[in-house]
Amino acid sequence: MGELILEMKQITKVFGLIVANDKVDLKIYAGEIHALLGENGAGKSTLMNILTGIYRPDGGEIFYRGKRVEIRSPKDAAKLGIGMVHQHFRLIPTLSAAENIFLYSNKKNFFLKQEEMQKEIAACSKDFNLEVDAAAKVWQLSVGEQQRVEIVKLLYQGMEILILDEPSAVLTPQEAQSMFDTLRKMADSGKAVVVISHKMNEVMANADRITVLRGGMVEDTMLAKDATVARLTKAVVGDREYTPHVRESYVTGDDFVFSMEHVTALNDKNLPALKDLSLSIRKGEIFGIAGVAGNGQRELSEVIAGLRPVTEGTITIYGEDITKLSVKQHIKKGISFIPEDRLHTGLVPELNLMDNIILTSYDTDRYSKHGIIQHAQMQTDAVEYVEKYEIKNGGLDQPVGLMSGGNQQKLLFAREVSGNPSLIVACYPVRGLDIGAADAIRQILLEQSQKGVSVVFISEELEEIFNMCDRVGVLCDGELIGIRDIHETDFMEIGRMMAGEKEEAATYA
Amino acid sequence: MRKRFRVVKRTDVSIGRRIFNPILFVLLALLFCGIFLAALGFNPFTVYGKMLKTICTPGGITRSIQAGLPLMFTGLAVAFGYRMNLNNIGGDGQYALGAILCVGFALYGPEMPAVPKIIVMFLCAMAGGAIAALIAAIPKALWNVSETILTMMLNYVFLYVLNYLMYGPWKELNQMVAQTRVIPEKYWLPDIGNTGVNSILIIVILMAVALYFFHKKTTKGFQMEVIRRSPRAAQYSGMSLAKNILLVLGVSGAIAGLAGFAQVTSIIHRVQADLPNNAGYTGIVIAFLAALNPLVVLIVGFLFGALQISAVAVQVTGVPSQVATMIQGSIMLFVIAGEFFIRYRIVKVKDTQTEGPPASGPPDPDIIKEPALTVEKGGEQA
Repeated sequence: MGELILEMKQITKVFGLIVANDKVDLKIYAGEIHALLGENGAGKSTLMNILTGIYRPDGGEIFYRGKRVEIRSPKDAAKLGIGMVHQHFRLIPTLSAAENIFLYSNKKNFFLKQEEMQKEIAACSKDFNLEVDAAAKVWQLSVGEQQRVEIVKLLYQGMEILILDEPSAVLTPQEAQSMFDTLRKMADSGKAVVVISHKMNEVMANADRITVLRGGMVEDTMLAKDATVARLTKAVVGDREYTPHVRESYVTGDDFVFSMEHVTALNDKNLPALKDLSLSIRKGEIFGIAGVAGNGQRELSEVIAGLRPVTEGTITIYGEDITKLSVKQHIKKGISFIPEDRLHTGLVPELNLMDNIILTSYDTDRYSKHGIIQHAQMQTDAVEYVEKYEIKNGGLDQPVGLMSGGNQQKLLFAREVSGNPSLIVACYPVRGLDIGAADAIRQILLEQSQKGVSVVFISEELEEIFNMCDRVGVLCDGELIGIRDIHETDFMEIGRMMAGEKEEAATYA
Repeated sequence: MRKRFRVVKRTDVSIGRRIFNPILFVLLALLFCGIFLAALGFNPFTVYGKMLKTICTPGGITRSIQAGLPLMFTGLAVAFGYRMNLNNIGGDGQYALGAILCVGFALYGPEMPAVPKIIVMFLCAMAGGAIAALIAAIPKALWNVSETILTMMLNYVFLYVLNYLMYGPWKELNQMVAQTRVIPEKYWLPDIGNTGVNSILIIVILMAVALYFFHKKTTKGFQMEVIRRSPRAAQYSGMSLAKNILLVLGVSGAIAGLAGFAQVTSIIHRVQADLPNNAGYTGIVIAFLAALNPLVVLIVGFLFGALQISAVAVQVTGVPSQVATMIQGSIMLFVIAGEFFIRYRIVKVKDTQTEGPPASGPPDPDIIKEPALTVEKGGEQA
């Protein structure tokens, strides 16, 4: 056991009427990976935001190397060597990786020396196998690369306590493993690493010490070697029962209702993102898209939703060519899109729950008569959704940005499903959600499939795909490497395909 | 037991606070300007007293409304644009082009009965303002060129066009002043009864009510709100950014153009060189002070009109007329700074170790006094 660097005692934080942290005690040791486990809304992020000076505690004390400290701002935290990689990255997209990293360093030269900066950063990242293209603009980087930039940013500032909020949520299994290897190296070099997570397996495999939060309180704390699934589950979810889904197929008939043929599309950098992609989906079928992040998933979903133009090929739904139709037409044809960035694309965080439920249907007869919004209808529907999908909210007139991620996603699904879609494109629909919310979302998708709605299910978690889907297509570098019936394949095969291994026998079902 | 102060967000703000907070800060602004007046050798109380006396007469109120009318239009125009995050700095130019087309049609257009003629003049003024704004809106919609710069630079263009006409072809014959001749009296809008207030006031009130309703109730208003808050979500929902930019800037310009209509039909009944007199810029101040609420724009516009006429009144005592501009600027700064106290409050926090959450332990007396608890500045993901 390393040296005790930081201790939080009886930390309490109240938001409105919600107690986010209730007398939380936490000890952080040098040379250890400490996992904070818990469902969304358990108070993990709040606790770490207090440690990094973003929030001020309403009660309790923080001791740094035995000395009581006040952390009033992220600057104070940085002085103590505490830095955090947030779930939503704090990078400036139009600046290069190097500039983003340098922005936070103490070396404030009057002139920016690009090459020198890049060299220093390369040196700093090499120690921990963190490859970063320092000259690239951040918006050009994949999510995984952006995360590496964030980590290098902390290392470059000489942080001793590194906090990562759900770091694996945006990564593939392989990437996640290499990230944890990196974190292990950092811990071995004497740094303290805190990882916020809600994935038990990952925490058990990679952490040294685990603290479980539930409802803002410390439920259990243990060394990872003492952890068992049963003990963790009990701590995380309490006595609630969890029943995994048994997937039934709801495919009816052999008719394909949606098809893409030889579709090609460009990404934001005007480079080919989808290459000659063809697929067909049956009525009621859940079609999984597996693949390492950044291999065309986002572009594929946007193309189907009509947000991204197709350079070649055709897309049809129920026999109708929709290749060239507008986004609005796509919505009218019954294509629902659950975007990857649910909070800023699928919802408007500053608007209230009622406004958000009419976002994609504000001009339909249901909500609009002669251009006037039907407020009464909005309210009725909002109340109905909240009840039916158990959406916890601070009031129908409160901004949805204040709700938890799980409830935001439930709201988004409630809205999209209510329009009786014929096809749902769901991008990472349960990513970052707690067990309860993820379960609810899966339930909604299965119900829709049963009703005959076809689903494109984009996910990085193979387990998820195998639980949910009828067939799976694997994307690699913008190409659909192959399509498999879920019962006739296994993790190994899909994993190989994700790595780009093509097989002659690839069948086009 | 050490005491410290903390800034916490108010969860709900009473109407009273919303109204009295700005008034308090207006008074502070006047106090601030009073110091300057005193430094210039004037007794601020005499100056303010005389200003107040100027306004607080029936005639003063009428003249305040008249002076405020163009400002109400430009204020509405700016507020409308900001409702979709579009900075319409071009109120002056749109006002000018609106006035040019309006007076041009009145003086040089075909002879017509009064009502249709006035209606066409109304449309001309709107068209003029809209054209001036659309010149900036089109590059913004197509190539995302900053509308702030474009609308501002276009001010110069249209002011020079206006002045060219006033000093040149449209100048009233045999007169020294650079202005057109007065339009025929049959095209003037009538006063409301014998109040001395012109019926254009009804038009601007109707317009403000319509805009208020538009923002609150219509799907178009909803689109503007979504685009303002999140352009990405707007695209996701199939809203066209380009179309809405053209529409909103065009309408904003049209409203500003109506300031010209107000001058021509109701106030001076003609057009002069430099007619807008910075009304477009003052409109920005008004829109912000009114928190973009069209109904409040009318009130603020009236107050700014009052400020202008009272500043002219104190000029005879030797106070420079720029005092009005100074007060305008100070009020804006103070009121906007004062906004902070509407949204946040400062509380004393006892810094003790035993401090516990409200759920447990003895309740904090502060909490009992204010049942609405507080959210920290910059709440989660807000």
